[in-house]
Amino acid sequence: MDAKINLIVNDEKRTVVTDPERPLLDVLREELHLTGTKYGCGEGRCGACTVLIDGRRILSCVTSVAMADNKKITTIEGLSDVDSLHPVQQAFLDEGAIQCGYCTSGMILAAAALLEENPRPTDEQIAEWMNVNICRCNGYTKILKAIRRAAAQIKEVKVS
Amino acid sequence: MTEQIFTKEIIESRYSESINGPGGQVKLSRRSFVQLLGTGLLITVTQGVSLGQRSRGSSGRSITVAARVHINSDGTIDVMTGKVEEGQGSRAQLTQAAAEELRVDVDKIHLLMSDSDLTPDDGRTAGSRTTPSTVPAVRQGAATARELLTRLAGTQWNLKPETLDVRDGTITHKTTRKKLTYADLAKSKDVAVLFKNPVSSEAALTPVEKWQTMGTSVPRPNNRDIVTGAHRYPSDIVQPNMLYGKILRPPSYGATLESIDLSKAKSMKDVVVVHDGQFVGLAAPSSFRAAQALEAVAGTATWKTVPQPSSREIFSYLKEHASTGDRSRPRTKGSTDEALANAEKVLSETYNVAYIQHTPMEPRAAVAEWNDGKLTVWAGVDGPHQVKGDLVRALGVSSEQVRVIVPDMGSGFGGKHSGEAAEEAARLAKAAGRPVSVRWTRAEEFTWAYFRPAAVIECKGGLDNKGSLIAWDFTSINPGSSAIDTPYNIANTKILSAGSDSPLRQGAYRCLAATANNFARESFMDELAAAAGTDPLAFRLAHLDNERIRTVLETVARHFDWPGRKKKVTPETGVGLACGTEKNSVVAACVEVGIDRKRGEIKVHEVCEAFECGPIQNPANLTSQVQGCIIMGLGGALREAMEFENGKILNAGFAGYLVPRFKDVPKIDVHLINNTNIPSAGGGETPIIAIAPAIGNAVFAATGIRLRSMPMINALRSQL
Repeated sequence: MDAKINLIVNDEKRTVVTDPERPLLDVLREELHLTGTKYGCGEGRCGACTVLIDGRRILSCVTSVAMADNKKITTIEGLSDVDSLHPVQQAFLDEGAIQCGYCTSGMILAAAALLEENPRPTDEQIAEWMNVNICRCNGYTKILKAIRRAAAQIKEVKVS
Repeated sequence: MTEQIFTKEIIESRYSESINGPGGQVKLSRRSFVQLLGTGLLITVTQGVSLGQRSRGSSGRSITVAARVHINSDGTIDVMTGKVEEGQGSRAQLTQAAAEELRVDVDKIHLLMSDSDLTPDDGRTAGSRTTPSTVPAVRQGAATARELLTRLAGTQWNLKPETLDVRDGTITHKTTRKKLTYADLAKSKDVAVLFKNPVSSEAALTPVEKWQTMGTSVPRPNNRDIVTGAHRYPSDIVQPNMLYGKILRPPSYGATLESIDLSKAKSMKDVVVVHDGQFVGLAAPSSFRAAQALEAVAGTATWKTVPQPSSREIFSYLKEHASTGDRSRPRTKGSTDEALANAEKVLSETYNVAYIQHTPMEPRAAVAEWNDGKLTVWAGVDGPHQVKGDLVRALGVSSEQVRVIVPDMGSGFGGKHSGEAAEEAARLAKAAGRPVSVRWTRAEEFTWAYFRPAAVIECKGGLDNKGSLIAWDFTSINPGSSAIDTPYNIANTKILSAGSDSPLRQGAYRCLAATANNFARESFMDELAAAAGTDPLAFRLAHLDNERIRTVLETVARHFDWPGRKKKVTPETGVGLACGTEKNSVVAACVEVGIDRKRGEIKVHEVCEAFECGPIQNPANLTSQVQGCIIMGLGGALREAMEFENGKILNAGFAGYLVPRFKDVPKIDVHLINNTNIPSAGGGETPIIAIAPAIGNAVFAATGIRLRSMPMINALRSQL
């Protein structure tokens, strides 16, 4: 039976009437056309579907839309405004940490959540945290550099 | 051999065979069509004309300049290529190539890629051919355009072209300094006429030492759309009124559908059901609903199954089914059998490689839309023109009726030559009378996409009384022939690539057979070095005349400090090296591994790799490709293996099939050698081939245990 679900997506109120068991990922992509969030495995093992709910990272392919009712969701489309990128997005550009880019949305959101929680992670902490996210082009080396760069950038911003 | 594998295994139409019979050919009509692009000129792309990839020599006929380059009156330039961007960096590289020869900034170039209606057929994006074939084709087209525009300016001014200089899209007379821009010229009708000329093979290309744009680390032009989520991958394409499709899959390989009761799905609101022979597909307004509809009927299907071999017995199965006789003649030099009989020491070993899956992050996806009898498909495939041909044959429509567009897609690694999702979406869209998106699940991609071939490789080697390698007998069963020839100087060799009856559907992969053949060869060279009592590096160099391989090997040994590190080997920490050549590039790697005997684990601590593929066209991108090959190579070397039984894949997910993750990343030290004496070769594949043997050799150095089967963690556990 369909239910009415209220979502706050990228600071905008959205209401959908749908099966409450439907994955949040499907609703974001197929109802709200926010296709920056990707399907990678459907079982929460690759991180491509990462979004932030109330600032914390969530794997949207294994999260039912009902669980996101009345929650604040940030997708890659809402991480920054049009003019200025989030430091993690900018760092991915600066380091060229993109190959096919299909994992990138999930990588960036996961890294943004990490730096929110731990602004000065060690390399081991980055690898531990990011181990959820798979890149198959295997850009891990440059992604790690990008996250280090973003951490330094965020620190500088906070100091200044 | 790569091509042979594609022909045998990939150019098959799974559904159409049951409908049209196998081998049903639809004659492709040669035609041309026009399309208005931007402002100004008409683009004419003639089908059937020669392409970069096909015209490896000089025999290919040329396309028109207009098919490759279009000058807009605002000064921007459209450049067309049939190649696909799937993460390997072709968009940046081909943009650079065009900018270089047109003498403009890269941001003036708009590269239109992989649209069968608008771009020339540059062949599949495969075999590292973009760099040696398509880059030259694009450069030739751009250089011809530049020369034609320069000549036109000269004609308008009544001046000789030699007196004119071209820079930043502006033609300047060297003495009077009068100027005309490409944009000025594009406004005249003369350009349209001139661009109907074929691309000239005489147009002068910029020599390496004068490269301004090529050779620099130009970033991917659409990278901002990637980090903001704005880019639409094939699985992101949405058309108005679109449905989402799901396909009924057999329970096992070779199973055929005998009956199914579709009434439950048919009674569901808004669900479209298609049953055509072996094809059962459903489409609904959401993928969730389509999956529910599929679930409602899948259980009613009855299937006829056939026996299938399992992964436990796969190597003996492949050997038993190896093709023999006239079709399998070895390539020989000298008298190998005689030399083996007379050798001081003879070694004989067999190496195995498991089937693995490409697991691109974006599984197969396509959106199909029929409009007035014309089919447009947005699909994640390696070749828009090739998949168009497949669709023409499968659907029994004419070539004019099909257009295939490939948006920059979520990787492939050689795994997306076939357009299954495109055909499935087309069938459902036709029945529904609405656009349909078909996106394979991860389990479908693991199970129904083709695999990298498994391999059984038998090696025999003979050493003389001085420890020199005098005989080499190498039989490679099933993976294919790439990199099968030994680069070492051996007087007597016998080398055979034998096919087999692969129970799994197999096809291309990043460097395909070269990984298996190089794993066997470089591991076996290590065994022979040990038998000869010689250092593995010295043993290789003693048998190597190839200067390019010697250079990468010596470079990597120096940076890694091979002699020093070798002395520090312990039972828990080993170092190993390997080298190889394929696709006209050369690679060598040194690795350090840690071995945990209790847990049966191998941890790669460090990889130092040197790579050379001619003049480097984009250093940052090449570095990414080499790093990517190294880490991807760890997967196949250590853990990745398809497990199957009774025609079922047992590990069709990331839980049971372990790909490299962040915690697996070793210290990586890449050394790129810029060899400007030869033409550039591709660099996205060959760097993978040295990883597995270097790891195996390092494990041997530490433990004395020789791992002769990939993945090697499984091999190690079976020997502890």
